[in-house]
Amino acid sequence: MTEPMPYAEAVAEFEPVIGLEVHVELGTESKMFCSCPTAFGAEPNTQVCPVCLGLPGSMPVMNGAAIESIIRMGLALNCSVVDWCRMARKNYFYPDMPKDYQVSQYDEPICVDGYLDVTVTTDDGPRVFRVEIERVHMEEDTGKLTHAGGATGRIHGADYSLVDYNRAGIPLVEIVTRPVTGTGALAPEVARAYVTELRDIMRGLGVSDVKMEEGSLRCDANVSLNRPGDEWGTRSETKNVNSLRSVERAVRSEIERQAGVLAAGGRVVQETRHFHEDTGQTTPGRSKEQAEDYRYFPEPDLVPIAPDPAWVEQLRAALPEQPSVHRARLAEQWGIGDFEMATLVNAGVLGLVEETVAAGVAPDAARKWWAGELTRVANEREVEPGELGVTPADIGRVEELIATGSLNDKLARQVFEGIMAGEGSADEVVAARGLAVVSDDGALLAAIDEALAAQPDVAEKIKGGKVQAAGAIVGAVMKATRGQADAGKVRDLLLERLGVTE
Amino acid sequence: MSSAMESDLIHQSAATLAQAIAEGEVSSREVTQAHLDRIAAVDDRVHAFLYVDTEGALAAAEAVDSRRAAGEELGPLAGVPLALKDVLAMKGVPTTCGSRILEGWRPPYDATVVERLRAADVVILGKTNMDEFAMGSSTEHSAYGPTHNPWDLDRIPGGSGGGSAAAVAAFEAPLAIGTDTGGSIRQPAAVTGTVGVKPTYGGVSRFGLVALASSLDQAGPCTRTVMDAALLHAAIGGHDPRDSTSIPDAMPDVVAAAQQADVRGMRIGLVRELSGEGYQAGVEQRFREAVHVLEHLGAEVVEVSCPIFDYALGAYYLILPSECSSNLARFDGMRYGLRVGDDGERSVEEVMSLTREAGFGAEVKRRIMLGTYALSSGYYDAYYGQAQKVRTLIQRDFDAAFAQCDVLVSPTAPTTAFKLGEKVDDPLAMYLNDVATIPVNLAGNCAMSLPVGLAPEDSLPVGLQIMAPAMADDRLYRVGSALEGALQDRWGHLLIEEAPAL
Amino acid sequence: MSAITRGEVAHLARLARLALEESELDHYAEQLDVILTSVARVSEVAADDIPPTSHPLPLVNVMREDVARPGLTREAALAAAPAVEDDRFRVPRILDGDDE
Repeated sequence: MTEPMPYAEAVAEFEPVIGLEVHVELGTESKMFCSCPTAFGAEPNTQVCPVCLGLPGSMPVMNGAAIESIIRMGLALNCSVVDWCRMARKNYFYPDMPKDYQVSQYDEPICVDGYLDVTVTTDDGPRVFRVEIERVHMEEDTGKLTHAGGATGRIHGADYSLVDYNRAGIPLVEIVTRPVTGTGALAPEVARAYVTELRDIMRGLGVSDVKMEEGSLRCDANVSLNRPGDEWGTRSETKNVNSLRSVERAVRSEIERQAGVLAAGGRVVQETRHFHEDTGQTTPGRSKEQAEDYRYFPEPDLVPIAPDPAWVEQLRAALPEQPSVHRARLAEQWGIGDFEMATLVNAGVLGLVEETVAAGVAPDAARKWWAGELTRVANEREVEPGELGVTPADIGRVEELIATGSLNDKLARQVFEGIMAGEGSADEVVAARGLAVVSDDGALLAAIDEALAAQPDVAEKIKGGKVQAAGAIVGAVMKATRGQADAGKVRDLLLERLGVTE
Repeated sequence: MSSAMESDLIHQSAATLAQAIAEGEVSSREVTQAHLDRIAAVDDRVHAFLYVDTEGALAAAEAVDSRRAAGEELGPLAGVPLALKDVLAMKGVPTTCGSRILEGWRPPYDATVVERLRAADVVILGKTNMDEFAMGSSTEHSAYGPTHNPWDLDRIPGGSGGGSAAAVAAFEAPLAIGTDTGGSIRQPAAVTGTVGVKPTYGGVSRFGLVALASSLDQAGPCTRTVMDAALLHAAIGGHDPRDSTSIPDAMPDVVAAAQQADVRGMRIGLVRELSGEGYQAGVEQRFREAVHVLEHLGAEVVEVSCPIFDYALGAYYLILPSECSSNLARFDGMRYGLRVGDDGERSVEEVMSLTREAGFGAEVKRRIMLGTYALSSGYYDAYYGQAQKVRTLIQRDFDAAFAQCDVLVSPTAPTTAFKLGEKVDDPLAMYLNDVATIPVNLAGNCAMSLPVGLAPEDSLPVGLQIMAPAMADDRLYRVGSALEGALQDRWGHLLIEEAPAL
Repeated sequence: MSAITRGEVAHLARLARLALEESELDHYAEQLDVILTSVARVSEVAADDIPPTSHPLPLVNVMREDVARPGLTREAALAAAPAVEDDRFRVPRILDGDDE
């Protein structure tokens, strides 16, 4: 095996061409062709029926919601929706496929010819790449295999396999790009940005939960290299790319590997490769030299799909704003720049900030809590910020209490801590923990007098006009009241007491 | 009820039996027992049944009797026994499709046809023999041995539904369900002197019918009288949301049409291409005589030409094997049925291949390979694609003919029943039996075969085929019952009563 | 339409997962050739401008509501399986497969 070529050298010598095939499992209540439920994680073979088990005599009936979803997806990806198309059978034997054919679409996909613009940040500022989408088609998912025996739990070396058909027949949408050229060294970032943007669009449409870790969004990355001016090279198809970060790493590692092969005078084999999360490398799978003959033909058990153009227009009109447009609008409304917006997106809190603003909190405050304290805690606990148990309404209440002077930031953090610990609502935590800014002037004045008596020299300095020395007294008061006083107020009272003005 | 009838329950029509049961003259249990006794007496020689559900049948009969006793309104076929072709799924009852590969399989669900039969209080006696997966014209391709023609036990009962036709002809059941992909209801009806109807494609649900060729298959009635066929057709027909190819419109009133029995003013077309070379002299003679009877009854007879029918056989033997190669892929030994060679060492591919090699008979393997070939990437256009275009042209031939005529007629099969073993190793000769019946399957319209006499040269039954446009099934019954009535008047009885006693 | 060879029959048998005996290969080669020669007549019909018919009825857009209903019990689903382990269908080793 040849050594991979260092990335900078690889992209200096070769031009990468990438292609991405993304599978999105739709979040419909029932399966594509039968009424079985689709919940993730059910006990094996408990969400099956004669249809999705492929029992003799059973017949498929299309899920209308799945067709509506795929049309909305196609429209969101700037595709044309065809006026007539058919499902086809893709024939091949595999034990995870109960009928030994997959109902899919072949030469008549339902959505065609779209594009998606993605932005990649570079040292020279943001660059936009247009990724052209060839087709968006409907198909059904397969069952889930578990491999038994052998050392690794992998298919190779296994003694036998076990099949759970719960996933068989779940509606699956495949989105296929045209080859993406001209990305140069940015190919891995473009790939990642594309899948990220696609995920956000699908989430915005509400058609799927697009969780890569649960397999509801799966990505295969095709990569080939050629020397400038040459024809495109032979491509490999990398599967098993299960996170956004992996998309980027897999493309990068494939570029390095193929460059090594080519530089050594070797030949890239057309094959399926597998990405390994742990090593960041790909290893070869099934060779595709001898192409499978899938013997596609129109599925005779299903009638053609002919979307009513008026209905398609209705769906188009009701599409949510594109994520990129949406982000630009929010940035303007909140008065923030690209960097701040990128911070919110990367922290995964944009939606939460939006909801919090919608709950009546000022954008700055909403951003401050979500991107600051709450993201910090989430990172510490290795969970998503949305899973901490703090709701936009909680932040709204805390902000109210701050505005009325009942809380300060330090106390507010303790309130959130209580909420995250399951101690109840903001008000309940405040009551239970006795968290309130001490605003009783009498109590504060007593504490101030005490502090002044303890530090007479400081008192003299202040009286002498050295107002900046007030900090020492304020600090002592805050300490004495265990932080429950409003520092600003303490300072005002102190100066008033000493008859000093600023 | 007359005492003659009591002693001869098995020779009555379904309509007569249902009426007698409804009026309390005889119980369903008595009728059912009489047929079970007949099966016990003759089926060792006829071999129409693969499985007799004695307990289930008697329990169903008793349920009808007690409901009648409770004063419930019963349907027009309530309590009447029926033989079910073994290609329809029936919950808990062995369903083999005449194949070793499904030996012992008991479906966990009912076909829609079975549900409707149960809802109509029809008593299902058991499952009838057939060519394996309905591929054949003689039942000699059943893995469980051939069925014998009750008219001459050395001859074939037709196929693939020879078991259903023979059960009716041998008075083992007054009613049977067959399925017709290229003539599998009509050709057996013709050679056993019984009535068989292939309804309009989409007129009877295919849900639970183990598919041979999905775009051609249709279940329908096998009976001894046209009226019984109409009653059974009405019981099983109509829209089914579980079959996407089921026609949503209300089906025509076939029972009223059978009662009408009037051809005055109807135009009847003789199809020029469905006569002459290859048609037995006695078949043509009885056919022509029957056409004269129709003329006497007041129909106008004209000759029409359907030139593309000459290509129907070729198109059929490309479309059918193609669809069947895909439909039968699921029989791979992974989820149900036979599994061969799983020694812990062999791979899944080897076990699937050994299972299918051992589980399928020669004709099934032949057609699977033919279809695999016809769908292969290099051959698709020349074979499957071209066959589908021929299909369009056959529809156009029918459209042109039906523009001139209300119905078309032809001999159902080119010959009377041939000897068992005569053609079993000559696939092409066997395929020619379907030459007159397959155009209807390709076009999706409807047809009936009814007996029109015995061929003078061999004293075996001859069938006449009536073809009507899609969703004009009522015309079959109007013409069929008029012709049946006139012939019965002439002969003084139904033709089937001339069959030798077993 | 050329004659079908023994090698082609072997390839078809592999695609169709049929472990044909050696003796069957010649037999089927001969029979498939006869049948294909006969059915190839369909190519005599000039039909370049004719639309193919995949479905005999002109129905379109047959859809159902997206409502989940329980299917089979696990016991019923697995009842006919030749081999079961851990509530799953047990199948022989997969040699030509890809990891998921």
